Amino acid sequence: MAELLQFVFSGLTVGAIYALVALGFTLIYKASDIINFAQGEFVMLGGMTAVFLTLGGISLPLAALVAVIATTIIGLALHRLAIEPAHGASPVTLIMITIGASLFLRGIAQIIFDRRFHSLPPLLAGDPIKIGGAAILPQSLVVLASAVVIVTLLWIFIDRTLLGKAVIATAANRLAARLIGVDTRRIVDFSFAMSAAIGASAGILITPIALTSYDVGTLLALKGFAAAMLGGIGSAPGAVAGGLLIGLFEALAAGYLSSSYKDAVAFLIILAVLIFIPQGLFGRAKIERV
Amino acid sequence: MNVRTLDNRLLPAIVIAAIFVTLPIFFPSAYYFRIGALVFMSALAVVGLNLLMGFAGQVSLGHAGFLGIGAYSVAIGPVHFGLPSWLSLFGGAILSGTIAFLVGRPILRLKGHYLAVATLGFGILVAIVLTNEANWTGGPDGMSVPKLVLFSWQVRKSEVWYWIAGTTLIGGMVLALNLKESPTGRALQAIHDSEIAASVLGIDVTQKKLTIFVTSAVYASVAGSYLALFNGHVTPDSAGFLRSIELVTMVVLGGMGSIVGSLVGAAMLVVLPQVLTIFHEYEQALLGLILMVFMIFLRRGIVPSVAATFVGLRK
Amino acid sequence: MKASHPFGVAAVVSLLGLFGTGHQASAQIKIGSVLSVTGPASFLGDPEKKTLEMYVEEINASGGVNGQKLQLMVYDDGGNADNARTFATRLIEEDKIVAMVGGSTTGSTLAMIPVFEDAKVPFISLAGAIQIIQPVRSWVFKTPHTDKMACEKIFADLKSRNLTTIALISGTDAFGKSMRDQCVAVAPSAGINIATEESYGPRDSDMTPQLTNIRNKAGVLAVVNPGFGQGPAIVTRNYRQLGITLPLYQSHGVASKQFIELAGPAAEGVRLPAAALLIADKLPPNDSQKPVVVNYSRTYQQKTGQPVSTFGGHAYDGLMILVQAMQRAKSADPAKVRDEIERTKGYVGTGGIVNMSATDHMGLDLSAFHMLEIKGGDWTLIPGT
Repeated sequence: MAELLQFVFSGLTVGAIYALVALGFTLIYKASDIINFAQGEFVMLGGMTAVFLTLGGISLPLAALVAVIATTIIGLALHRLAIEPAHGASPVTLIMITIGASLFLRGIAQIIFDRRFHSLPPLLAGDPIKIGGAAILPQSLVVLASAVVIVTLLWIFIDRTLLGKAVIATAANRLAARLIGVDTRRIVDFSFAMSAAIGASAGILITPIALTSYDVGTLLALKGFAAAMLGGIGSAPGAVAGGLLIGLFEALAAGYLSSSYKDAVAFLIILAVLIFIPQGLFGRAKIERV
Repeated sequence: MNVRTLDNRLLPAIVIAAIFVTLPIFFPSAYYFRIGALVFMSALAVVGLNLLMGFAGQVSLGHAGFLGIGAYSVAIGPVHFGLPSWLSLFGGAILSGTIAFLVGRPILRLKGHYLAVATLGFGILVAIVLTNEANWTGGPDGMSVPKLVLFSWQVRKSEVWYWIAGTTLIGGMVLALNLKESPTGRALQAIHDSEIAASVLGIDVTQKKLTIFVTSAVYASVAGSYLALFNGHVTPDSAGFLRSIELVTMVVLGGMGSIVGSLVGAAMLVVLPQVLTIFHEYEQALLGLILMVFMIFLRRGIVPSVAATFVGLRK
Repeated sequence: MKASHPFGVAAVVSLLGLFGTGHQASAQIKIGSVLSVTGPASFLGDPEKKTLEMYVEEINASGGVNGQKLQLMVYDDGGNADNARTFATRLIEEDKIVAMVGGSTTGSTLAMIPVFEDAKVPFISLAGAIQIIQPVRSWVFKTPHTDKMACEKIFADLKSRNLTTIALISGTDAFGKSMRDQCVAVAPSAGINIATEESYGPRDSDMTPQLTNIRNKAGVLAVVNPGFGQGPAIVTRNYRQLGITLPLYQSHGVASKQFIELAGPAAEGVRLPAAALLIADKLPPNDSQKPVVVNYSRTYQQKTGQPVSTFGGHAYDGLMILVQAMQRAKSADPAKVRDEIERTKGYVGTGGIVNMSATDHMGLDLSAFHMLEIKGGDWTLIPGT
């Protein structure tokens, strides 16, 4: 029993990161129908920037803030400089642009930062907490709590504010939104900025546990994307559920089946979801069958 | 069909063949033959991918998976089963085609970017299996590949591979150019313009897309086998995500749907790192930048854009 | 040129003459290197490149080798074996090198070996796996300790502490896999029983499931972690998180200060085999390696501002062995140099004392490794190892 609990803790910790990345995907997809493969790089940039600022002598809270702001600006730049000029292009073209952006950011990061791996001091230090024979790090609880907080804040924002309603309108029908006066360009700007901020925060929170380096982005993006697909791309609660589920599946696979095929879990899930439930667990069946 | 249309259709292949035959005059050493052979082998895979991307309008973000299957077939076949290399090459091609069929059939029914995502997952799964099944594949360090033996004579020199790869490429190009003008090719053109209209005309959209997907997988598999036999060594990297993106970039650079562009794209991405060795630090960033810039501004790629300029100038 | 323009002809001829003699006087010894400076193995290639460049400069500044200057050509394979192969061909065909010190990873080395064997040019590899020199190939040598040696050293220590039933948790990257295979092969003859095994991906962020399984396995007395990069640091942290008190052994692949930094207090008590380079200042004063390692450490740290790395040390050894072989052969002819490399005896390097022979193209024995334990956030030498 204790070992199952340990696997669950492990799965939830990792799953919370996937959930935050998936949330970033979902946000941009909702507002613009774009799948942003550079999402993982936002996580990397948040973590790495914070690390290098603290190495340079800046206090952790300030470094974290600057890192989030810097990444947000990069997210905006991605939209304005790379996506906007190509507006009207096919989804496939847009995916390739974001893949190009992800490669570019990763390539630049290894030059500006370095190629080693780094850590950050945890927000909540201290000994692991023992529950029922299993141990969970306090920082893991911080990550889980943050995921919950961010999702809640996002939900309140979407549901209760005017800007949030504008996002929903844009997602539902872009043309109609513009007709009623919504500046859809700003909305997409905003979604990119928010995604970047969420990604960067996730990066800073997870670095004390999982470490960071210039190339953590790729695998995270792929797994976060699998999570978003599992939950139903376009659904925020789906993204969180998908992330946690993938984390759990991975941990259970590693514990009970074969640890070397752990990474394969996420990709098998992508294929399985596409073949059997393309709309995901919570998504609407928007897929056209030809 | 008169002689003139025949000429026009195969003109790109004839031009490429001419270049292919005369280039060796300028090669001072075996190193250049090696580069040439590598370009041709990559170009073969790119031609296949181009059929999928340019004609059928689909993207495969895991095409290196098929490269990897082809590459490892010519390693595993001789080493573990004692099969001759050329037979293993065929085996690999059939395996790739079959897997493409099995993966493609359920996915190609969906519209839009779902094949991209499915192939992404597929490519990475292949890389993971190749890395983990060390007893068969030699694990992350890979395994060595016995040299190709043709009519009891070992093929090892770069010069020989240059000729083999070039000939196969030209053959592949001729096949692709013929496909373009065939009923399947015309059906694909219709699908590209409007899937719904095409299906109203009675075209089995899924079946046509599937045919192209399987064909492109076979092209990639043969290319992968050649590369493995040439290099004498395979690693799971040959099936990796970065390699898949490189292939896509080659298509994009050269021009989606342009057969000649496939060669141009492959040539650029193989030759440039050799020329710009000092800039190796920036290679990844550069790859990303090229992909972005071309997809934003030069979506048609180099060859169609150049061709269009000529046409414009003539007018 | 028409003969009726004697001045023109004379000018051209004298210019050509200038070029001719100029070329002869500056004939340099061309040595090549293909390293993984960027990419997943940059941890290896970057310090190797810096070391080679640093010391070639120094050697040239003090007169070169046999009166000639060395010319070093470095190519970056980005961790890709196919690229390495292409660059190797380029070095042989285009750059016409006479010797090569390089090959950061086993994969790239194995891909390049046929090129150098065919061209009959000596190749000193900087990679770890034992397949590079076993079976012995006449033109291929290597400087780093093999992973087999690391296993043997660890097992000897385990045996001396009576910890003969162990668990392995290894990374699925090339280094981890190769060392794991060697450990499994060597265990029976070392009197060690591997009760259970787990593995993790090099990019994984949490190994608690695997460690939980190990903890639950009865009879395990110690755990060995063949791995590289960030994995071992996370394994070590997870180890303490789960409260496992069994002795933990790491591989020589994590022998760097950064591992201690990242593993934090969890690293306390961890043991690993390492070359003398890592504990340069703690070596007893009469240790024959001390002057060499202290000197290299200081020079590297001064010139690059980064802590010394064992991988850079391997490059240093490779270069020095090559240069000394050239000096003994009094020529840069590949065949003569190869023979002299094979005759290297008593070379004191950063990795150990090298004694090569026709059947041993690495030349290190178990005394080249010391057993270290992490105490108080720093390395301590376990006496007698």
